Amino acid sequence: MKQHLDLYLTLLKTSIISQFQYRVAHLFWLLAMMVEPVVYLVVWGTIATSQGGNVAGYTAGTFAAYYITWTLVRQMNIALTPYAFENRIRKGRLSNELMRPIHPIHFDMSYFMSLKVVTIVLWLPIAGLLWWVFQPAFTFTAWWQIPAFMLALLGGFVTRFLCLWALGLVTFWVTKVSAVFELYFTIELLLSGRLVPLAIMPAWVRDISQWLPFQWTFGFPIDVAVGTLTGPQVAWGLAMQAVWMLIAGGILALVWPHAVRRYSAVGA
Amino acid sequence: MVYLRLFWIFLRVSVISEFQYRVNFFVQLFQSALALGTGLVAMSLVFSYTQNLAGWTQPELLAVMGVHIIVGGLIKTIIQPNMNRLIEDIQEGTLDFALTKPADAQAIISVREFRIWQLIDLVLGSVVLGYAISQLSTSLGWLSALSFAAAVLLGGLMIYSVWLMLSVGAFWIIRADNFLEIFDSLYQAGRWPVSIYPGWLKHTLTFVLPIAFAVTLPAETLARQLNGQNLLFALGLTVFLLIVSRLFWRFGLRHYTGASA
Repeated sequence: MKQHLDLYLTLLKTSIISQFQYRVAHLFWLLAMMVEPVVYLVVWGTIATSQGGNVAGYTAGTFAAYYITWTLVRQMNIALTPYAFENRIRKGRLSNELMRPIHPIHFDMSYFMSLKVVTIVLWLPIAGLLWWVFQPAFTFTAWWQIPAFMLALLGGFVTRFLCLWALGLVTFWVTKVSAVFELYFTIELLLSGRLVPLAIMPAWVRDISQWLPFQWTFGFPIDVAVGTLTGPQVAWGLAMQAVWMLIAGGILALVWPHAVRRYSAVGA
Repeated sequence: MVYLRLFWIFLRVSVISEFQYRVNFFVQLFQSALALGTGLVAMSLVFSYTQNLAGWTQPELLAVMGVHIIVGGLIKTIIQPNMNRLIEDIQEGTLDFALTKPADAQAIISVREFRIWQLIDLVLGSVVLGYAISQLSTSLGWLSALSFAAAVLLGGLMIYSVWLMLSVGAFWIIRADNFLEIFDSLYQAGRWPVSIYPGWLKHTLTFVLPIAFAVTLPAETLARQLNGQNLLFALGLTVFLLIVSRLFWRFGLRHYTGASA
């Protein structure tokens, strides 16, 4: 445990320093990622205003709160895409990582955590600007809202990270996997609350997404921050995150040894 | 005439090489279908809550979406692959091979690559547009069809000019691909008519990256009334952008030091 903690601290430190060298590139990238939520926000804000103030309980202000929080959650949600596995396996890069005495997942995890530190710093001024332009309406009902949001944010990242890592393992058996991943990401876009808050979706869609991991990694942390959830709902959401972490982590632990045995570095 | 033949030869070579990877056709078809499906879901959600979006009816918005897919397909077939290759060549110094050929360098770097499987979007977009038009109450004559084609052509040329200028940035900035990231995401904003956006975004989409002219205007010439004045303005802006990007390209070229430097 202590050994892992040391590893994480060292990797985080070095990778934060190296990522800050690319701050301009990060900033451009961050700005590019702002367009998507702004488009959704404008469309739904317009509808809310034209429908006499609200759509399914969302006013223009709540939509603004939702999509501004969206920008943070989206950044915090970024994890290793399963496409990276294609690269690692095809080019044999995995060989080096397998030589190390520590599971490669820890290197990925600490790398993506370091990215968060860099993006939060760059995100703050952009969020301030969005706040000023769109005038969000958050509801503060309880003191625990902010710590619960932090926890949900972290839980969302870890859950998504584990799910995508587990999905990436498909690459060990199938070589042309991009279609599978595309489909996964499209379903995620629709059912996670990224395209619209799930409250906007028809009831049957909400019922389905209850039992899938997507909304717990994306829409749930946002709803916690916006203040549309009650205490028990928040507790339930955090529990669902834990369940999906266990499921994805369990699959990983089971499949990984078999996956590594399948792996034969090309040309190495 | 030489340039037309050049264009034709490059096109033929690209088609031949792309036909080696026929599986990519299905991969692309799958991707395009997913994107179209997502767009339709978003639109049906919008219209489950309202009858019109800032004055745009459903068939009108569907027309915008169709044009968005068509123009996006054209960009991904011709403009994007050539500009990506240009940036790569500048970064690696292999632009020498294009510059030393006995033809205009700008013409060569603009037509070297074609991703023909991306033309699927052209087909899908046309289907969406055709359906949207059949839902509209207005009847269309050959004049509006002609002005639609002109508007798409002008929009495409404007996007080409802006993209060329951004790519020429690679002569000074190594990571110029980051600009393109922004272009890509701003293009997504064109799925909805630019008039719905707040002023700062609307102006960006009109004058900085002319997506308003490339997508909204052609859709408007079909779905709403033909506005000759707008078309004339688009023509003027296209000529202006073509000239400016040409000058900027030549200016940038002087900063190019080549592979051995």
